[in-house]
Amino acid sequence: MKPVDAAEIVRSAKEGKIVDRLLYTDREGKKIEREIEIPFYKHQLRIVFGQNGLLDPRRIEDYIALGGYSALAKALFEMTPEQVLNEIKKSNLRGRGGGGFPAGSKWETTCNAPGEPKYVIINCDEGDPGTYKDRSLVEGNPHRVLEGLIIGAYAIGSRQGFIYVREEYPLAVENFGIALKQAEEYGFLGENIFGTDFSFHVKVHRGAGAFVSGESSALMNAIDGRLGEPRIKYVHTSTSGINGKPSNLNNAETWATVPLIIEKGADWFTSIGTEGSKGTKIFSLVGKVNNSGLIEVPMGITLGDIVYKIGGGIPKEKKFKGVQTGGPSGGVIPEQHLDTPVDFDELTKLGSMMGSGGMVVMDEDTCMVDMARFFANFLLEESCGKCIPCREGLRVLHKILSDICDGKGEDEDMQTIEDIAETMNEASLCALGTTATNPVLTTLRYFRNEYELHIKQKRCPAKVCKALIDYYIIPEKCQACLICLRNCPEGAVHGGKDMVHWIEQEKCTKCGSCYEVCNFDAVKKLSGELIPPPPPEGMKPLRKGRS
Amino acid sequence: MSVTLKIDDKTVNAKEEMTILEAAKEADIEIPTLCYHEELEPYGGCRICIVEVEKGGRSSIVASCGYPVEDGLKVKTRSAKIDKMRKTMIELIAPTTGEIGGKLLTLAREYKADLYRFSSRVVVDPTKCILCGLCVRRCAASLWDNAVGFVGRGIYRRVVLFPEKSQNCGVCQICLEVCPTGKIPSTGPINSIPFIDDVLAGRK
Repeated sequence: MKPVDAAEIVRSAKEGKIVDRLLYTDREGKKIEREIEIPFYKHQLRIVFGQNGLLDPRRIEDYIALGGYSALAKALFEMTPEQVLNEIKKSNLRGRGGGGFPAGSKWETTCNAPGEPKYVIINCDEGDPGTYKDRSLVEGNPHRVLEGLIIGAYAIGSRQGFIYVREEYPLAVENFGIALKQAEEYGFLGENIFGTDFSFHVKVHRGAGAFVSGESSALMNAIDGRLGEPRIKYVHTSTSGINGKPSNLNNAETWATVPLIIEKGADWFTSIGTEGSKGTKIFSLVGKVNNSGLIEVPMGITLGDIVYKIGGGIPKEKKFKGVQTGGPSGGVIPEQHLDTPVDFDELTKLGSMMGSGGMVVMDEDTCMVDMARFFANFLLEESCGKCIPCREGLRVLHKILSDICDGKGEDEDMQTIEDIAETMNEASLCALGTTATNPVLTTLRYFRNEYELHIKQKRCPAKVCKALIDYYIIPEKCQACLICLRNCPEGAVHGGKDMVHWIEQEKCTKCGSCYEVCNFDAVKKLSGELIPPPPPEGMKPLRKGRS
Repeated sequence: MSVTLKIDDKTVNAKEEMTILEAAKEADIEIPTLCYHEELEPYGGCRICIVEVEKGGRSSIVASCGYPVEDGLKVKTRSAKIDKMRKTMIELIAPTTGEIGGKLLTLAREYKADLYRFSSRVVVDPTKCILCGLCVRRCAASLWDNAVGFVGRGIYRRVVLFPEKSQNCGVCQICLEVCPTGKIPSTGPINSIPFIDDVLAGRK
């Protein structure tokens, strides 16, 4: 749809007609009239962020018109704080930021912990690559998140709240700031909310971009003005957090779910989902999948349904290889487990996790060792460096994985990886270190063969690892079109007009330009195979139609 | 209030506000540490003091310097699992410190750590520093207030001197007393810890 189509759309809408040529066409060429019937939406249940498209996030009136703040009114006028707390407990709402800890129990801990004041905090420090669900909520429907926070504050007995939001989300910072102001003007926030004796204030704290600061104790250190790194905590932040006071931290998505539960009741909420995981979950579906984007699905939907029904399968008829759930420290789940339901405990059983809702789909062209190396590198850069297992473990882990990708792997490397991983898992200070080994451990578990091929045969089956592949032009397919020859930055392609091209292996830097530009599928990647000798000098291309 | 717990088959009475490490110390049970100092808050950085705790039939690995004692808690300070982890951690830190001495060397011998296990994997200039943070925390607790501090993240983390506070430095020399590796010599931190300006400018 383009701006020029606007006039036609308005005209048709006035006549109650559909603009046929602009309709969504599915893979079979069938035209679909209603959004809800599009496969991408049909299998979703968008109860938490379904309103995003219906309102202007900078107009509180839009949110109110959609029933906004009525849950807050219900909580304040019809329920005691204990009743609100019990409703959340009954709903079995589990934390959407990664851990999956029951929100109700956390609230109760803070509520009953000695010490005043008590704090409530929104965690919007979403630092995972490829994940943007919290951003979409705080940018697109800030009042929803805020309403949840105010209800939580009422239940817990807090007068001061914070939102910890990444500096890299300027629009989220801005929209939430506007939301705070508007809510105060309407008397939903500030002194004597709705004329009751409940008062509550919220401050925006902008994070400086460290991934580890999303960890609860690190986040509270940062709000306190200290270094944003985790502290040793066997006493939870819900008992001793900001300033040593009881502080309840929940993810933005968790807070956004709260108004729904209060409005429709815990019984309604628990009717959605699995035994152990209730409600819906938002995922950032990305990677090698036809339909990517933010999706909200009921808990219990299988990974296969997400990839194939919502995601529309893998592009270019490639084969599915794995799906990584839970962000950079999540594990990769292979094809044989695609029938696994989306559920906190089921994903953990497979060595992965729900995490913050990242979902990266990988096809046959993904090298699992290279993938594990990529995430080890990300975490190595994001580790705060405070504790030995995480800092030094990731350093060595990343080096071993890089060596394997570079064809320098040794037989005992897999055992060494497992040794280091065990120590990191059990001994690290915070969850960054204890979960950092998930990508490497799950790929070792489900794709061990790939590691063995890299180490023993110096072969990369997905043909990704540069050191282990060679490019070769199949003489019988080459049409001598000169395109790869001209694009090669190293001058490694020889041949000429009407002469079959060939690659001088010593000069080749394996940049893949020839592979990308060839229109005849003549450039092939080889790994662990002998490279055939160049064609006889002056060999003419075999043209189609010629014998 | 006092609680009763079991550490390595020894029944130990401890005060409620104590950590496992403190309770063990009082009962003359040794738990190795590198970043712990009795006058400072627990830091939990070196993880050498990990122990196995069993509570309600479930066992887990915790850092004893920060874990509060509980009634009925069963603690194991040594086991095959813990020994292996301590060994791995010493081996992981060894290439970054270079030639080691003092407490770290004693521990390496006790746990039969192969100090060269990862030396081919970790190519760095050895610094003799294990980033235990004792000097930083000790300085912060003293009158001179943060003359030394951390900069950098992850493997780029290091201890530096802040110039505007450094005129006070070298007076108390407390940091060299707490350094477990001998990185800070008797001449004090000024000669052994780089200035932040030099670090940021890439001169050191």
